[in-house]
Amino acid sequence: MRDTFVRTLTDLAEKDKNVMLVTGDLGFGVLKNYWETYPEQFINAGIAEQNMTGLAAGMALEGKIVFTYSIGNFPTLRCLEQIRNDAAYHNANVKIVAVGGGFAYGALGMSHHATEDIAIMRALPDVIVLSPGDIIETEAAVKSLYEWEGTGYLRLGRGGGRAVHNGPIDFEIGKAIPILEGSRVAIFSTGEILEEANKAAIELNQLGISTGLYSFPTVKPIDAELIQRVAKEVDLIVTVEEHNILGGFGGAVAEVLAGTFGNRAHFERIGLEDRYSEIVGSQEYLRDSYGMSAYKIVNKISNLVVSGYVIHET
Amino acid sequence: MNSLELAWKIRRHGVEMTRISKGSHIASILSLADILGVLYSDILKYDVGNPKLEERDRFILSKGHAGAAVYSALAEVGFFPVDELMTHYADGSRLSGHISHKGVPGIEFSTGSLGHGLSVGVGMALAAKKDKKNHRVIVTLGDGECNEGSVWEAVLFANHFKLSNLIVIIDHNKMQSLTYCDDTIAITPMEEKWKAFGWNVIEVDGHDHNQLRTSLSINPNLLEKPTCIVAHTVKGKGISFMESDILWHYRSPQGEEYEAAVAELEEAKP
Repeated sequence: MRDTFVRTLTDLAEKDKNVMLVTGDLGFGVLKNYWETYPEQFINAGIAEQNMTGLAAGMALEGKIVFTYSIGNFPTLRCLEQIRNDAAYHNANVKIVAVGGGFAYGALGMSHHATEDIAIMRALPDVIVLSPGDIIETEAAVKSLYEWEGTGYLRLGRGGGRAVHNGPIDFEIGKAIPILEGSRVAIFSTGEILEEANKAAIELNQLGISTGLYSFPTVKPIDAELIQRVAKEVDLIVTVEEHNILGGFGGAVAEVLAGTFGNRAHFERIGLEDRYSEIVGSQEYLRDSYGMSAYKIVNKISNLVVSGYVIHET
Repeated sequence: MNSLELAWKIRRHGVEMTRISKGSHIASILSLADILGVLYSDILKYDVGNPKLEERDRFILSKGHAGAAVYSALAEVGFFPVDELMTHYADGSRLSGHISHKGVPGIEFSTGSLGHGLSVGVGMALAAKKDKKNHRVIVTLGDGECNEGSVWEAVLFANHFKLSNLIVIIDHNKMQSLTYCDDTIAITPMEEKWKAFGWNVIEVDGHDHNQLRTSLSINPNLLEKPTCIVAHTVKGKGISFMESDILWHYRSPQGEEYEAAVAELEEAKP
């Protein structure tokens, strides 16, 4: 995802000299091609995220399209007030990019796990929140974010990344992307955990539980129309996010559902259960330990369905 | 209007605005009045008919709590009607206590949380350098504000990127929210700190208009570094019983105190 982001941004920088990439001294080996090719459109702000974000707002107000870049919580939580007061309140063209959403930095530990960023960024008015599910969504998200006038947040996964989508996608800010159709269960997923959600959906269908899958590369604005439609069609909606279940993607879906009359679907959230990660391990190990691996998703959903809790009599 | 007249107007409006609003920060407004008087009379390039003029100098008040002083200067030079100043703090007004650009012509940037303005000015100065534009970026900081770590992040950056088109004015009145700066988190010697960070540092009496004018007239093209003007000021300057008294960081002038303040100002009218 990170590499897809840099490659896409490099193409944009070639076409538009106002594109600026500002890093908080991270991106070793990743940003090199960009800064060697477009040195005038690259700034290393050093290990100083507040200044990085404030100066990004200042440059944006002078006509630049500024991407700030760092990892984990550094470009968001560390400088949240600069994002709020300096960028968003001024409708500045600042695009905040975080590499390493969720447990991507696995064994580095809790400081490097971004597990509240979606909730926090989503709470800022006029800030859009993009959390693409694979490298295909990432490329489209970067291009859309570039075209978007105003402040936005792009939450990426790991360095490499695979494609979940088999072909071209219809990407639009504020729209979810259907991947599988299903009549009983719908899995809504945001971010790179899509790979686990996809495996889970395939397995659930093999088990005879008809399961749909929708990727939400935009958490804000959320695709309320699709959520409301699906809530009338299936028995169970499950959100999956590599993030706290409070306030983030599951929270956004819950807000839509709570404001809608006559839902058929029961609703469950899968994610980090309002805690910090405190065990050591790879991203795969942590996902499984905290209940969001494909295996754990299948278990949770099949138990809910088999228990009959969510099966409608009609 | 010359700078002395404008500074006087800022003080007079400041007293009236904080009386009507029962608002705070009259002492900060008085401390800053001469700096703003000189800036808006003689230094800043702007066009009241076109607040977004491309070649304008960018002025950011980073100590946003003295916003009433900037609103006063802007109204006096013609950005909006002087009468509107008295809506400061009022329901439905566009003039908030801490400076906001929303709907207010002439305000470059909104602040209020300390330690934000310099980074934004750094970004504006860097963009101007990249685009080979000649306007300057002037940021006014409080000395108490220099407690904020983000200020020093920006100070490091501005030096490294040789932002000679950036000027900081420190309203160095030696006081902050609860007491003297040096009894809070010692900041003295201010000048040596900025010099050590690689800046061109000029010390002036922040109430002496000639000194302010001279220091603010530097040609950025002659330097390869940003400039910090340490303006030694007196908090509450111009109204004797407010000078260097921490009470007036928050107190609003009412009744006899208001009348005494106005009498002193009338006495000193240029």
